[in-house]
Amino acid sequence: MLKAYLPVLILVLVAAGFAAFAVVASYLLGQHKPTRVKMAPYECGIASPGYGRTRIPLRYYTVAMLFLLFDLEVVFLYPWAVTFKKLGLFGLVEMMVFIGILLVGYIYVWKKGALEWD
Amino acid sequence: MALLIESVVKVIVVFGIFMGCVAYMTLLERKVLGRVQVRFGPNRVGPFGLWQPIADGIKAFFKEDLIPANADKPIFILAPMITVASALCLIAVIPFGDKITLFGHTIYLRITDLDVGILYLFAFASIGEYGVVLGGWASGNKYGVIGAMRAAAQMISYELALSLSVIGVIMISGSLSLSVIVEKQAHMWNVVYQPFAFIFYMVCALAEINRTPFDMPEAEAELACGYNIEYSSMKFALFFMGEYAHLVVVCAVATTLFLGGWQGPFLPGVLWFLIKTFVLVFFCIWERGTFPRLRYDQIMHFGWKILLPLTLANVVVTAIVMAL
Repeated sequence: MLKAYLPVLILVLVAAGFAAFAVVASYLLGQHKPTRVKMAPYECGIASPGYGRTRIPLRYYTVAMLFLLFDLEVVFLYPWAVTFKKLGLFGLVEMMVFIGILLVGYIYVWKKGALEWD
Repeated sequence: MALLIESVVKVIVVFGIFMGCVAYMTLLERKVLGRVQVRFGPNRVGPFGLWQPIADGIKAFFKEDLIPANADKPIFILAPMITVASALCLIAVIPFGDKITLFGHTIYLRITDLDVGILYLFAFASIGEYGVVLGGWASGNKYGVIGAMRAAAQMISYELALSLSVIGVIMISGSLSLSVIVEKQAHMWNVVYQPFAFIFYMVCALAEINRTPFDMPEAEAELACGYNIEYSSMKFALFFMGEYAHLVVVCAVATTLFLGGWQGPFLPGVLWFLIKTFVLVFFCIWERGTFPRLRYDQIMHFGWKILLPLTLANVVVTAIVMAL
């Protein structure tokens, strides 16, 4: 069983090795002549006002939390989908109840305005 | 020991071919986009511009590797590596041909066959999002941060619909292993039973890899380049390669899940797989040359209010039809 993961491990090592090689090689091969202006944040050409890491609207956090909630429920659907044929009508009814509860939450979130972007 | 040697050889061969595909994807895209815009595209380096990707690669290695003064240095260096490595690892579970016999060994034309193949794909694709977000954040640039936040919100929103759209295929096949899913399609492709799921999958996939019409994270007109604005030299090239690797994999997965994978008459399986994947890749480039960019709030509305209910409805309808 675990044998199937050996090629994955090798591929991860090869891919990570390639990425590391590319970064190190370009560091060694490229020239380095940093100046103060070059090191400044790239914006419109004028000196950048304020701090680079700006504050982020709260909406992004809302989206992240909603994603966590719904994605967990989607993950529950995966094992059900694999065994769907064996479970028969019982599995169907059970999952319809589950999706129904999910839908109630979804409608609540929609009505609360968490999905609005303006 | 034999397994180890076989795995190493397979990984190196597939990795090399995959890297070649990714490199020439850049040329293909520039050529097709050029033709869409009634010009030639790159045609100066070598015949038909065929050496262009190699020239670009060499150039990227010799460019100045700049790290901005207020960047978070370790994360800034790590971010492109995460993106490209996770994108390249996706190729592991995709079966690209039938088994062949070589020197008395039966060799399956795939790197490995995991029981949880689809979960593996989603897991590694999600790791790529870390690279994008960390890269934008570590740059210490306003455009970079905004681009990264947009990319993160968009990718996780469409990931929901993406993972819902493949559930129908899993129900029909009764397995998460991509090899089994291909074998189950010997008589009929899944796209016939799941036509809407295929459309949803392609739409979500375009949003996942930040392509037009969903290329808000790097909207040139307003964010300059988005999350990779401060990157130069090979680090920028790594982000770029990660993006194209993702594109190839997304099309290869669509081929595997919906279009019968390597199955097909007359021609060998590998060729069928490549043809189908190429058609989808060409579609992705074509639509980039055709569609305008959506506004960000439209993208989020479309993902949460339209695609999510539709994909869920697709799952429910599939379940009811299969149970009856």
